[in-house]
Amino acid sequence: MIDNLYLLTQAPILGVDLIIQGLFIGAVFALIAYGLALVWGVMNVKNLAQGDMVILGGYITYQATLWGYHPIVALPAAIVLMFMLGWIIYVLIIRRVVDRDMFTSLLATFGLSLLIQQVLNLIYGPEVKVAESGFGDFEVGSFIIIQNVRLYSLLLAAALALAIVIFMKKSRMGQAIRATAQDARAARVLGIDTDQVYAFTYALNASICGAAGVLVAMIWVIQPYYGIVYSIRAFIIVTAAGLGNLPGVILTGFGLGVWENVAGFVFGAEFAVAAVVIMLVAVLMYRLVQLYRVRQVVR
Amino acid sequence: MIITRKHMRTVTAAVAGVAALGLAATAEAKVEGDTIILGSAISLTGKYATNGIHAQKGYEFAVDKINAAGGVTVDGKSYKLKVTYYDDESTPARGAQLAERLINQDGVKYMLGPYSSGLTKAIAPVTEKYKIPMVEAEGASRSLFTQGYKYLFAVLSTSEQYLASSIALAAEVAEKQGKKASDVKIAMAFENDPFSLDVRAGVVDDAKKYGMNIVIDDKLPRDLSDMTSTLTKVKALKPDLLLVSGHSKGAATAGRQIQEMKIDTPMIAMTHCEAADVVGKYGAGATEGLLCPTQWSETLSYKDDLMGSAAQYHSDFQKTYPEYKTVPYQTAQATAAVMVWADAFERANSFDTDKLRDALAATDMMTFYGGIKFSEAGNNVAKPMVLRQIQDGEYLVVAPSKWAAAELRHPRKPEY
Repeated sequence: MIDNLYLLTQAPILGVDLIIQGLFIGAVFALIAYGLALVWGVMNVKNLAQGDMVILGGYITYQATLWGYHPIVALPAAIVLMFMLGWIIYVLIIRRVVDRDMFTSLLATFGLSLLIQQVLNLIYGPEVKVAESGFGDFEVGSFIIIQNVRLYSLLLAAALALAIVIFMKKSRMGQAIRATAQDARAARVLGIDTDQVYAFTYALNASICGAAGVLVAMIWVIQPYYGIVYSIRAFIIVTAAGLGNLPGVILTGFGLGVWENVAGFVFGAEFAVAAVVIMLVAVLMYRLVQLYRVRQVVR
Repeated sequence: MIITRKHMRTVTAAVAGVAALGLAATAEAKVEGDTIILGSAISLTGKYATNGIHAQKGYEFAVDKINAAGGVTVDGKSYKLKVTYYDDESTPARGAQLAERLINQDGVKYMLGPYSSGLTKAIAPVTEKYKIPMVEAEGASRSLFTQGYKYLFAVLSTSEQYLASSIALAAEVAEKQGKKASDVKIAMAFENDPFSLDVRAGVVDDAKKYGMNIVIDDKLPRDLSDMTSTLTKVKALKPDLLLVSGHSKGAATAGRQIQEMKIDTPMIAMTHCEAADVVGKYGAGATEGLLCPTQWSETLSYKDDLMGSAAQYHSDFQKTYPEYKTVPYQTAQATAAVMVWADAFERANSFDTDKLRDALAATDMMTFYGGIKFSEAGNNVAKPMVLRQIQDGEYLVVAPSKWAAAELRHPRKPEY
């Protein structure tokens, strides 16, 4: 660890490289976590199938390359297909668990997660797959190499996030979603079809996952059982950012990407995930202390 | 449907029938007429399905060959071989359950191994408990052979040998260049799982022998998707040898990111290149010069009377299963496991499991897959791991030099 820190002070350019790469990683995490926060906040459903939906999006990309298309072509296709799938899943499963207690929705989405894994395994087999974008790269200075595909992913994730934020603020549906999140009963009284809102929210999340999956297949690797990696990261990010804090989710996503990369360098790769979880504990403890203070003031 | 008494009677009769069949199955036991029944729980579905099926085809190919050549002669009578399979769904708990079922209900007395070290670890205690010998071909973990198992025999090289030969190769190259072996700097990135940690242990032992300097020793978490931080270190520290092991995911991730970050380490060795199909994924240019260990290759000059040479086995297997462009080593070693059983039956000249165990322990044979001779612990000590280098998209054996089919290209010259 000491020699790794020494290395960083000797060649600060390494640190810059780590942070840039971390931001790229964080962009994808942020996107996935945003979708999770949406479903969690609006419907109070903890979607354990989040990562598996990402992987499903990845396989849509992979299928596109099998048919001879460039993987980026799959992006609009994944968004549309996953939106429809999300709607179907809502009608078939989620609608029945939305008002139940936490464990019912956990169980239902866990089952969904297993189902997606096994279906993908049946169709594509358990081998690791990738989608090659062939976008090339460029060099900054003499050391930092930036993959164009990662840069595009960052921009795309930012654009998608921005579009969603605007949609939530400005559009009628976005307002209905926020109203439902605040108080579903009151929203219903005011004439909002909350069932429709729930269906839309879940489908929107699925299409966000699909878009993230396209990026994952082009940057990393996909396999039917790798969804859990993204589910765990998304849960960590949403928990750390706090529910209902959507801009916070995006910032935390980037933070997690950078922290994981830097910690992996300094403490060794085996402690990268541990570093992230310790950070989460630290954030939660800080919040607890804050909460305690506020309470004392009220008293 | 209204359930009448007549229905009930039919159901009862059916249940009784099934039960009777079950009893009959128990009675059929190990040798049925002129057929010897071997048993195996193997992964036909789930995450190990691809390799499980490779192994099953290896078993079947051997059984067909042995039967076509007249079967196995025990006590002057010739017997055919047959294997009973169950699908363990790639889960250890199911594997152990099915081993119990094979032994207790189906009366199988001679076992073939499952796929993967994990499944073998789950099944070995069961076969050990019932004193049923098992010849396995797909569990390489060193920890299988430190438990003092008496009935477990493995035809493959154990995991700590996977990358150890690359250390010797790096030392050889360093000396050729007029440097000392102890000058070699090694970077290691191993997944934090039992298999890769075994591989790592073998590497560390050998590196110590040469006095080499390990400059990076990263253990990748299982759910890691990115190797950037490790590879950034590699770029800064410029080691002479980079070693990677992390199943197909590790190989696919490393293959991609080594190319993306333009890593120029002169020698890189990683496990599972072929399983991850790195050449197919990233092209011959980006993977040029990677070293990949393998249990077996069809270019090796091993041979035996039944299968002929390694190359002969390769082409015969393809004739039977035309869907295989290359025959994976998982298949070859499964075939070898059945040949070990056939050899043991003939030498023991008996169906008694204890006599068979002793015959297995005394195995000393040459096969198309390599020499097979078991240590006290049950692992094969007669066959080395070989290293292949990706040269223009082809996997060619470069070490050990005794079996080499091509000259080592050093330093590697990839096109990124």
